[in-house]
Amino acid sequence: MTDYKNLKLIATSSPHIRGSERTQTIMLDVIIAMLPALIFACFNFGLRALCLTAVSVAGCMFFEWLYQKVMKKPSSVMDLSSVVTGMLLSFVCPVQMPYWMILIGDAFAIIIVKQLFGGIGKNFVNPALAGRAVLLASYAGTMTSWVDPAVNKAAAFGSNVDIVTAATPLAYMKGPDAAAIAASFDQLKSTYSVSNMFLGQIGGSMGEVSALLLIVGGVYLIWRKVINWQTPVAYIGTVAVLTFLFPRAGTGVEWMLYSLFGGGLMLGAFFMATDYATSPVTKKGQLIFGVGCGVFTVLIRYFGSYNEGVCYSIMVMNLFVALIDKYTKPVRFGTVKSDKKEASGK
Amino acid sequence: MNIGRQLKEGLITQNPVLVQMLGLCSTMAITTSIMNGLGMGVSVLIILTASNVVISAIRKIVPDKIRIAMFIVVIAGFVTCVDLLLQAFVPAIAESLGVFIPLIVVNCIILGRAESFSYKNGVAGSFFDGIFQGLGYTAVLLAMCFIRELLGAGTLAGVRIIPEQFPVGVLTLPVGGFLVLGFLIAAMQWALSKSKEGK
Repeated sequence: MTDYKNLKLIATSSPHIRGSERTQTIMLDVIIAMLPALIFACFNFGLRALCLTAVSVAGCMFFEWLYQKVMKKPSSVMDLSSVVTGMLLSFVCPVQMPYWMILIGDAFAIIIVKQLFGGIGKNFVNPALAGRAVLLASYAGTMTSWVDPAVNKAAAFGSNVDIVTAATPLAYMKGPDAAAIAASFDQLKSTYSVSNMFLGQIGGSMGEVSALLLIVGGVYLIWRKVINWQTPVAYIGTVAVLTFLFPRAGTGVEWMLYSLFGGGLMLGAFFMATDYATSPVTKKGQLIFGVGCGVFTVLIRYFGSYNEGVCYSIMVMNLFVALIDKYTKPVRFGTVKSDKKEASGK
Repeated sequence: MNIGRQLKEGLITQNPVLVQMLGLCSTMAITTSIMNGLGMGVSVLIILTASNVVISAIRKIVPDKIRIAMFIVVIAGFVTCVDLLLQAFVPAIAESLGVFIPLIVVNCIILGRAESFSYKNGVAGSFFDGIFQGLGYTAVLLAMCFIRELLGAGTLAGVRIIPEQFPVGVLTLPVGGFLVLGFLIAAMQWALSKSKEGK
């Protein structure tokens, strides 16, 4: 029986049904999804990978707290978004980089790219990628010397003296002409097998090397409905198709597999291109966004001066998001196309 | 004319770079070291003042329809003088500023002030307008040079302040110029809106 006496009438405006999802829970899911890759990085590059990530996360949280303290704004440190930025930034840096350097990247990502443009949800490019772009432009030498995981699995901890650097697979896949690329691609195939590439026993940025574990993390995010499949599938699919159709050496399939598993494609497609604030809202828009990222990635890898194009391709497409959203805006229920035209004409 | 108000307009409320958004090209291109900024700022200040005075003096006899051409002739004359003087006495600065000194001819600050101020006002007012607007331009240049040289190259006027491996090199690249200028403009707008609210 309903207890009418004690029944309180609460009149509020909608929404009346709330989900349990918060920014915090979403960010926590992203962190969980990145953990396998982080554990693998420690296994691959030694404990310094963990230290670098910890410093980067602490730096991002500190700068977020500091800015909001100075500007007297409510603190958003506990929504964990700065933790994700810190982890992502450390994932796209070489493991032996000095700690102060990643702190500069953190400061740029959090204070300039995120907070000065209005904080979480208002940044126009991915903060972690912008941080990496600044570090790459400022300290090109450190940012492009990679540790060979086979040689210093343990030695990389703490010291950055006796480190053997190795070229990344993508460096082998670039050359002045077709013959040079063919020769270095053969060398790459004899150095790393496809399974090496897939599992991540290769040189490269700290968290980007293991395609397998990044895919596991990405599938977890899709399963938890944190991200849609559209962006990563369109992104990776575009790169796959383009590299399969236009191999620069070897067979199409070989070239495609090495292109997919080398470099930061998996990390970028699952964790960076899907950032809510800097990707389109509609599913159609996300498909367009992913295809654009893929095209730019392949173009930069083939014709640009850098070996890797994931970072810049996502940043370029970030700038197109407003435009994509504008042209993929769904028609309101009950209106027809001509109404829409009229409405937009006003 | 009110000199105090002109000074305030030139430096703050009508600052040529941060408020009127004139002369942005040279501002971003040459502000990589304090000496460059100083050389450019003083050059513009001299040319702006001199051309303001001359244009104001001849404003009654210049036909309206060909005034822009006349402005350019006057400005180009002074730019040539300054260019040659720099090459003769401070060749190092002339070298590092390169094409940007001759390009002062088409710098919109000078043409803008000629069109909007000295063509309509007396010689004395135009003289002070040139000095104050030039000072406003120089101040912004120096602020940008200070930020970009100190943080981007780790030096100030060539003296090393920050050890070589630390500076954020991106600030001395063109993208750094855009970033620093953007944030200076934002800071200026923020300050102006704050002071308006206060009134």
